[in-house]
Amino acid sequence: MTLSLLITLIPLIPFAGFLVNGLGFRNIPKSMVPLIGTGASFLSFLCVFFTYLQFNGDPVIVKLFDWITVGSLNIGFTFQVDQLSLIMLFVITGVGTLIHGYSAGYMSHDSGFGKFFAYLNLFLFSMIILVLGGNYLMMFIGWEGVGLCSYLLIGFWNKNTGYADAARKAFIMNRVGDLGFLIGIFLIISTFGTVEYGEVFSKATSFAVGDAVITAITLSLFVGAMGKSAQIPLFTWLPDAMAGPTPVSALIHAATMVTSGIYMIVRSNVLYTLSPFTLEVVAWVGLATALLGAVIGLFQNDIKKVLAYSTVSQLGYMFIGLGVMAYSSGLFHVITHAFFKALLFLGAGSVIHAMSNDQDIRNMGGLWSRIKITAITFLIGTIAISGIPPFAGFFSKDEILAHTFEHNKLMWVLALAGSFLTAFYMFRLFFVTFTGKFRGTKEQEHHLHESPSSMTIPLMVLAGLSILGGFIGMPVIFHAPHYLNEFLSPVYEGSRAVLEGFGQVHLSHSTEWILMGASVAIALIAILLSYTIYGKGKKVPVTDQEVTGLQKVIYDKFYIDELYNALFVKPVMRLSSWLHSVLDNRVMGGIINGISGGIAETAGILRKLQTGNIGTYVWLITLGVVIFLGFSIGTEVWTSLKSISK
Amino acid sequence: MFEGSFENIPEIFRQIPLINIVQLATILFTIGVVGVLIRRNAIIILMSIELMLNAVNLLLIGFSAYNSDSHGQIFVFFIMAVAAAEVAVGLAIIVMIYRNIRTIDIGLFNKLRG
Repeated sequence: MTLSLLITLIPLIPFAGFLVNGLGFRNIPKSMVPLIGTGASFLSFLCVFFTYLQFNGDPVIVKLFDWITVGSLNIGFTFQVDQLSLIMLFVITGVGTLIHGYSAGYMSHDSGFGKFFAYLNLFLFSMIILVLGGNYLMMFIGWEGVGLCSYLLIGFWNKNTGYADAARKAFIMNRVGDLGFLIGIFLIISTFGTVEYGEVFSKATSFAVGDAVITAITLSLFVGAMGKSAQIPLFTWLPDAMAGPTPVSALIHAATMVTSGIYMIVRSNVLYTLSPFTLEVVAWVGLATALLGAVIGLFQNDIKKVLAYSTVSQLGYMFIGLGVMAYSSGLFHVITHAFFKALLFLGAGSVIHAMSNDQDIRNMGGLWSRIKITAITFLIGTIAISGIPPFAGFFSKDEILAHTFEHNKLMWVLALAGSFLTAFYMFRLFFVTFTGKFRGTKEQEHHLHESPSSMTIPLMVLAGLSILGGFIGMPVIFHAPHYLNEFLSPVYEGSRAVLEGFGQVHLSHSTEWILMGASVAIALIAILLSYTIYGKGKKVPVTDQEVTGLQKVIYDKFYIDELYNALFVKPVMRLSSWLHSVLDNRVMGGIINGISGGIAETAGILRKLQTGNIGTYVWLITLGVVIFLGFSIGTEVWTSLKSISK
Repeated sequence: MFEGSFENIPEIFRQIPLINIVQLATILFTIGVVGVLIRRNAIIILMSIELMLNAVNLLLIGFSAYNSDSHGQIFVFFIMAVAAAEVAVGLAIIVMIYRNIRTIDIGLFNKLRG
């Protein structure tokens, strides 16, 4: 099979799966639906794998056809396979396949089974287009496609108004970001005259560092990333997005879609390297988001909400990494985060499944012995996210922290504080859920059971990846090769060209040991604290009414939703209702109704002419003839009379 | 009117002044118009239409004779042929109407009232 065909098949197979399941879900037997959906995902994964085998290090560009040709602007429908897109494709199709398999068990009781798999495959298709596209416009197609799928899947149970609202919120917030992304693309077109990655980046190398146009482009693109990757100020949709089925939260809102902002920045690393100002903005926004997400996560009691805020916070870390020009580290964290966060979400799904759809951790407790596989894998995920070596999260987070330390000490301290909070609230979640006594109802206790193997196998695979995933990027001090950095190295050629000394680490080995020790120590202290309060102390979060003071402010997410509501939603609603009642109903409605009413009135008069009586018609014809004849004869007579009188 | 060509007109026509022919045609035409306007019987109306046609034919023949130009007379043959065809169609329509509503009073043909 030729390479270009293979590359084309990667997005095409999930799309075919979407068509089959989407058009035929009423007629396809229920046992076939997950086979088709998961099979499409797995075949796509195989295609990625074979593409990887044939990949020789140089970017492969597959141009399917000319898409838009206007004047000198020529945008092709192109796919580009290079190191970066291959890594993203592995994560997307690999984790995607596991989550498809998991959904087969998790969603088996749902009436919208076929629809669910169709949406999942459509999402996979869009996400693949996003990372495989060979220019910014292709990325934008995928960007919008995943937004649509996210909307469809958050609102999957759309009979619940709250869930449908959450879906709309996600969609609208993403529109705000997408506008920024679009403006970025327009600026790229007007600056470089093309959107193809290769051309843009090679032209960009001739710009000076700090160029204003580049800063404008990168800032606009970053607004898009804010929306998609849930950064301050556009992050509030992500916690609400937990309304969707849990596999969706794992796939879209933890592992893949929300990381597309990071992918976009790594892809455009030349542009970002050219603009130190934007990088600084990226880093600080990431840091603020990381801290805010972690603080809110401290007091949440919904198992999925905790994970959602933890996702917001971890995305913040990735942006810190990008902001300090450690693009590889950011991407490394994307990969490890995809493993352990997907694991945590799927584990949470398994817990919810066991708890008969109860998500409140205050009703859980003591689940360790009842659902052992889930509990053990969940613990692995929790350790991984807390940053304990040798689990995956440790390596990626430590790399980001080390680069941050080199860039700005204050930022490092704050990021370390964030990782303390992360370890604390994650273990709080673990202890409250899995240790102590069961606090739910009798029926829930009776119903408690381990999930079917279609759900536990993905958990175990992901747990394995969460343990081993970090070894693709070992720190220098371990004298092991950093496979990821070496593999990704060609992606940063442009950045190296525009910035002297790009990607070189100046930290001494002893400093690195100290930094590593500090972050591990911080995480361990947090875990210990969490253990004394929630593990040994058996403290259970209080009920909603008892929450007071600062804790209540945090529990209510700093009232950010209410603030946005007052600042943006309400004024727009008021303006809309004014436009509706005055402009639409009175002005526009008046004009339109006036015209149509006038025509109806005139027609009502004129229709009386149509008597249907032949005699009348004949009379009218004759009358007409007489009038015309009279007129022509009359003028004749008149002119002759005038000529006589002269 | 038509001076200079008077010698070419056959003897018999010189007996009849042109104005008489025009007057006769006008009378016939007026009878036809009035018949169409005031009668309600479809056949009578058809006959009145024929009368109007023939009034025009008469004028054509008269002028053509006084003009020594045979075009007008040839035209009349065409008009007669067309009129015959038209009458055939018209009568057929009237027969069909009669079969349907048992009358040929045009005052009762009002199915197309607006």
